[in-house]
This record gives sequence, structure tokens and C-alpha cells, in this order.
Amino acid sequence: MTKKIVLKHPLAIRWFHWVNFPLLFVMIWSGMLIYWANGIYKIQIGDTLLFKFFPKGFYSFFGLSGQLAKGMAWHFATMWLFTINGILYFSYTMISGEWRLIIPEKKSFKEAFQVVLHDLGISKTCPPQDKYNAAQRVVYSLVIVMGFGSILTGWAIFRPVQAAWLTTILGGYKLARIEHFTLTIGFAIFFVVHILQVMKAGWRNFQSMITGFEVKEKL
Amino acid sequence: MKEELTTDQQIRRKTIKAFVGFGVLSLVPIGVWKWINASSSLNNTLAPLRKTLEFNERLTGKILNDNHLAPIFPLSEAQRNVRVNGGVGLVSPLEEDYKVKIESGDNKFELTLDELKALPKQDIVFEFKCIEGWSQIQHWGGVRFVDVMNHYKIGQKDAENLYQYVGMETPDDKYYVGIDMPSAVHPQTILAYEMNGKPLLKKHGSPLRLIIPVKYGYKSLKRVGVIKFSDTRPKDYWALFGYDYFAGL
Repeated sequence: MTKKIVLKHPLAIRWFHWVNFPLLFVMIWSGMLIYWANGIYKIQIGDTLLFKFFPKGFYSFFGLSGQLAKGMAWHFATMWLFTINGILYFSYTMISGEWRLIIPEKKSFKEAFQVVLHDLGISKTCPPQDKYNAAQRVVYSLVIVMGFGSILTGWAIFRPVQAAWLTTILGGYKLARIEHFTLTIGFAIFFVVHILQVMKAGWRNFQSMITGFEVKEKL
Repeated sequence: MKEELTTDQQIRRKTIKAFVGFGVLSLVPIGVWKWINASSSLNNTLAPLRKTLEFNERLTGKILNDNHLAPIFPLSEAQRNVRVNGGVGLVSPLEEDYKVKIESGDNKFELTLDELKALPKQDIVFEFKCIEGWSQIQHWGGVRFVDVMNHYKIGQKDAENLYQYVGMETPDDKYYVGIDMPSAVHPQTILAYEMNGKPLLKKHGSPLRLIIPVKYGYKSLKRVGVIKFSDTRPKDYWALFGYDYFAGL
């Protein structure tokens, strides 16, 4: 039995991924400082309140209260780095051809469902995959689209006069703010699922995001 | 057998190298975070962040011109219940013979409300936006600030140039704002004396207030007492508390 080094993640992808991690963190944290000042969103059916963003104690637990100015200062500085890194990542996947491994194929949407059933332990079989499985293809592509969505909805509420056309396309100032917030919740959900999946996939898989390679054993 | 060892060594070497590199590079964002947080404050905002806000101002402020108008709405959409957020500068009793003090270089004089009302009236229905995140469609009426400037020939530094800033203060000087000139002469910037077609209420800044749709609400100073022009940034109430000075939309 011999071991073999199999290259998995190109250096550029690893860079963009790990650079994005603290940037997205600061964007969400500073965004929460801003949202606190007018934290009015909730999910409600008729008169029944299902969930309030955010429940009592949330802000004090994470220390998010009363720092609107600080939140805005961090948000409108970090946004540049977040945007630049996002554009570089997107350009790299386009130029390198890596996008072919990420973009969902026709069968991906059906297979993604099977992957979810498998990962939840409901089904025993899993569809064959390339670098990423069908669910990963769908979700990773979606996250890239969400990133662009966050930038666009962000500008729509950052400069609603100078970029009024953008704000109008997105349904107006109030709606653009809701969209921006919803995307952030989407990122938070993605983050939790991503961490759980990485933990489930194990150390070897995680390690490859740092070293770039996986060790394969062949007989 | 020998080849297997070298592969193992290779794996070990590459892994250690990658993890050490990763660990060292992880210190960079931590260092940046610490550096920013340890830097001095400029008006209650950490200097690197304040400078980025000013960079954003330079970048997006220059494209502000008459072609960028705040979207306007039909009168029927204007709110009857207009939200009130601030009362700083409105507590002191108002003098009976209310006048606005104007300072434009050596030209100093006072304007009465009637004199301002004699200029063409401008109504606007737009979405007022508070920096807190709420917004509301509101109807205001008054006189365009640029019309006041032209009519009384104020704000001119010399034959060709305008002053770079306008400062406004409440009569008691408890609340004050600084406005860059492109925003001040913007056609939607008005000195308002009416809300929903009626004279202003005290809580909304009677008898005269600024309404500047190209800025967050905190720049729309209530109860204008002083208007002065300058080339240096006039003091600004909320900017001193760490908020963006420009506050442009």
C-alpha cells in the first residue's frame, strides 16, 4: 500500500477562503451593531409572533447594544476589503476553470436532495461526486450569488440617492434593507451548516483547506 | 519501501509548512484588529476608520450633482404622523422677533421668516432616512436653500468660488450641523417652514428648519438660528459623537 499526495484546493482558493473568514465576521458583527439601532424585523403569521430579530438578551449577550457609530465606521471600512476579496475569488474561479467544479449541473438539484438525506442519515446511498457533491455545488454557488447580493443591497441602502436606480430596482429603501438583513441571516445559517459539515467530514478534509492536499492510499 | 518513507516525509513536511504558515498569517488579522483598536480617536471614531469614512466621502461625494435626486413620491403617500427623534436645541424659549442670523464673510445680517417666505415656495415629498435605519415618506414645504443664497448673494467667497461649507446652528447653539457646499446647493435642499401644508410644530423645528434629502436626518437641523459659510468644516453635533461627518446618501 502506498500513499499518494492528491492536490485538492489551489493556493488561491485557500487564500480567498481564509481571508474572507475574518472579513465576513467583521461585516456581520458591525452589521449587527447597526441593525440594533432599528431592530424591528420579525416573523409573524397573523397576530402570532413566531420569531423576533432578535430575542431579548441577544444584544447584551453578544455586547451589541448602543454602538451604532462604531458599527457604521467598521462596516463602511471593511466593506472594501470584503468586496475586493470577493471579486478576486470570483475572477479566479472564472479564469482558472475552477467554476466548473462549483457550478451546479442539471442533475445537481435532484442529487442535492439525496445528499441531504444521506447526510442526515436517512438514506444510505450517496450519489457519485467530483470535487464537490451536488449539495455543495448548489450551496457554494448560492453563497457566491448571496455575496454579490449583499454588496448590491448594501450599496442600495448606503447611497440610496446617488444610487437611486439600484435602490429602485431592489424594491425601494425599506425592502433593500430587509433584503440585506435576510442575506446576512442566510450567511449565518450557511456558516453553522458549513461548520457542522466540516466537522462531520473529519480532520483530513479540514486539513486540506490549509495544506491544499489530501493523502490518498492506494493498494 | 524507501519510496513510501519519502512520501511520508513529504507529507509531514508539507503539512507542517502549511500549518505554520497558516498560524503565522492568522496573526495578521489579529494584528490589524489590535492596531486599529489601539489607534487614537478622531472625534470618537478610531483614526483609521475615520479616515476611511473620509475616503468614502471623497469617493462618493464628488459624484453628487443635480442629476442625483432623492426619489420623490405622490403627496398621498406622505405620512400624517411624522416621527420625531431629536429635541436638542429646542428647549430654550424662542425669541418673539425670531430672525435667522446670516454670516457670509464680512456680510452679516438677519433674515425674517416673512422675507424667506417671499421667495418661491418649494414642496417636496421624499423618503426621510434616519441613520438609525428607519425611514418615512414625508411632505415638507419651504424655500430652496440655493435660492436664498442667490437672492441674498451669500455663500460667495469671491467672484468665482463658493465657500466649501455651510454651518447651521440652533439659536441657543445646542445643536449644530456642517454641510458640504454641493449638498447645500442641491436643488432638493430646503429651509422648510411647513410640514404637510401647515406651519411647523415646535417638535418638528418651528419656525424654520433644514430639510436635506441627500443626507441622513441628523443633518436636517431643527429651528435654524444661525447660517454661516466657511472653508473649514463647521462643528457638527453627531460627528463629534463618532458619526460620519458627511452622512451623505
